[in-house]
Amino acid sequence: MKKIIVSILALCCFSLCLIARQSQPAEVQESIARGEKLYTLYCLSCHQKSGNGVPHMNPPLVKTSYVTGDIKKLVTWVLKGSTENVEIDGKSYSNNMPAQSYLKDDQIADVLTYVRNSFGNTSSAITPADVKAIRATVK
Amino acid sequence: MKKTFLNCFLLAAMLIGTTNVFAKGNDSLHIAAATVKPDAGNAGLTLPKGFGALVVAENLNEPRHIAVTKEGDIYVKLASLQGGKGILWLHDANGDGKTDEQKGFGNFKGTGMYVKNGYLYASSDEEVFRYKLDAGDKIINGDAPEKIVTGLLSRHEHEAKAITLDNAGNIYVNIGAYSNACQVKDRTKGSPGMKPCPILDSAGGIWQFKADKPNQNYGSGVRYATGLRNVVGINWNTEANSLFVMQHGRDQLHDLFPDMYTSKQSAELPAECMYQVQKGTNCGWPYIYYDEFQHKKILAPEFGGDGKKTAGEDAVDPVVAFPGHLAPNGLLFYTGSQFPEKYKNGAFIAFHGSWNRAPEPQKGFFVAFVPFKNGKPSGEWEIFADGFAGGTDLGSPGDAKHRPCGLAQGPDGSLYVSDDQGGTIFRIVYGK
Repeated sequence: MKKIIVSILALCCFSLCLIARQSQPAEVQESIARGEKLYTLYCLSCHQKSGNGVPHMNPPLVKTSYVTGDIKKLVTWVLKGSTENVEIDGKSYSNNMPAQSYLKDDQIADVLTYVRNSFGNTSSAITPADVKAIRATVK
Repeated sequence: MKKTFLNCFLLAAMLIGTTNVFAKGNDSLHIAAATVKPDAGNAGLTLPKGFGALVVAENLNEPRHIAVTKEGDIYVKLASLQGGKGILWLHDANGDGKTDEQKGFGNFKGTGMYVKNGYLYASSDEEVFRYKLDAGDKIINGDAPEKIVTGLLSRHEHEAKAITLDNAGNIYVNIGAYSNACQVKDRTKGSPGMKPCPILDSAGGIWQFKADKPNQNYGSGVRYATGLRNVVGINWNTEANSLFVMQHGRDQLHDLFPDMYTSKQSAELPAECMYQVQKGTNCGWPYIYYDEFQHKKILAPEFGGDGKKTAGEDAVDPVVAFPGHLAPNGLLFYTGSQFPEKYKNGAFIAFHGSWNRAPEPQKGFFVAFVPFKNGKPSGEWEIFADGFAGGTDLGSPGDAKHRPCGLAQGPDGSLYVSDDQGGTIFRIVYGK
């Protein structure tokens, strides 16, 4: 019984995400689709299929201010990586994140737009122009 | 039909449950016959025929390693403070197998927990402490531990300081490498490996200290074994009179070298290895990894390897090689008499379960067994207890219901397994 309820809830969440995505302009939907492929290539092995990360190691991308908040902070994080202990909701995450500055502006925009509109997140899209402007400020 | 099946199942569970588990044979302590009953459905675990399991404690805050005293009380090291305390003492007052009394002490989080010669040893991620026990193995003063070792490196990655003791007054402490493969830039594609790897001076190995001397540091310890990326499962084998460790092998061969390794190969490689180590043993990290299909030590790609070139002539071979990324977090040599003869002196390994097999399905989340004879493996490894994850299609290891972490043997020969994900402690018993 519990399993059925969980399944129904999961299905509802999934449908809501799809509806949310479908209500996005076509160019955002295309960006999300390209971003999903990039996520699988460059992010999934650590942050996992569900975006839930790995307890104590790799941070979750699900409804955290790191992902849904200030885009400058998020883009900078991807460009520079991190060797810091990240704390989210009282849990700390220890693995280093490699810098992803080799990705092009449009790739970073796509993958982050995907992440900001997946795993239950519904945040605004990021454009290549946003990434370009932020990259110019990152040393 | 479903109801009939359920009734049959319950009846079977009750029948197993009423079979008493006796401590037999040569246990020096007189242990009253344990009358613990396995939980219905063995608490969700699948076990070999004749074994049963019960939950002895739940809702604990990330229990890592555990120690069981000769009285059957359980000391638990927590990775997350519970009521401000980092160690729990659990007691079963009415003898039904379920702990019903709990006391917390110690204000630090950590992993290591071991009882030896009238002391409880516990580690944070930087230090090792010990607490004096009374004749009943109870803490005399939870506020005043002796600091045995201090100032150990903890740089986020592989920070857990797993510990074990030998029979000659020494304590062994894992100091994990704060790196995946000793690249100039950790986990970064195209960043070369550093040779010699500077991490190995102060981490990436097992350090030996005196078990009874306060305030030791790197200067007073001995780098006992090196070339070990990270060890959480560590235990002294009395039969071999030797230390054995389980290494967490390197990650991300495909992420870092996509032209050399497919994501499928990267999910399997390298092996998670059991090593027997002596003073001075080198296990080869970061320069090599062990390939369980080629049965060879392979030069790591960061150091010029291509997936085939062998290297590491100065490094030992593992005594057992398991599939990649399963994350061995507990190791215990079984010296009890409750389990059938096959298990005597053999090794139980608690696998925490993988994350670095994605996009392939995650694996592990079980307790494995390796038979030993005269201090050496005498057969293939097998899964002993499974079903901890509660499913096979995990979107992340965080979706697993339970993740096995620590192991301990009870005075009657029961096997205890801690789970730092669900916060449960299981007890596995044999009832014929």
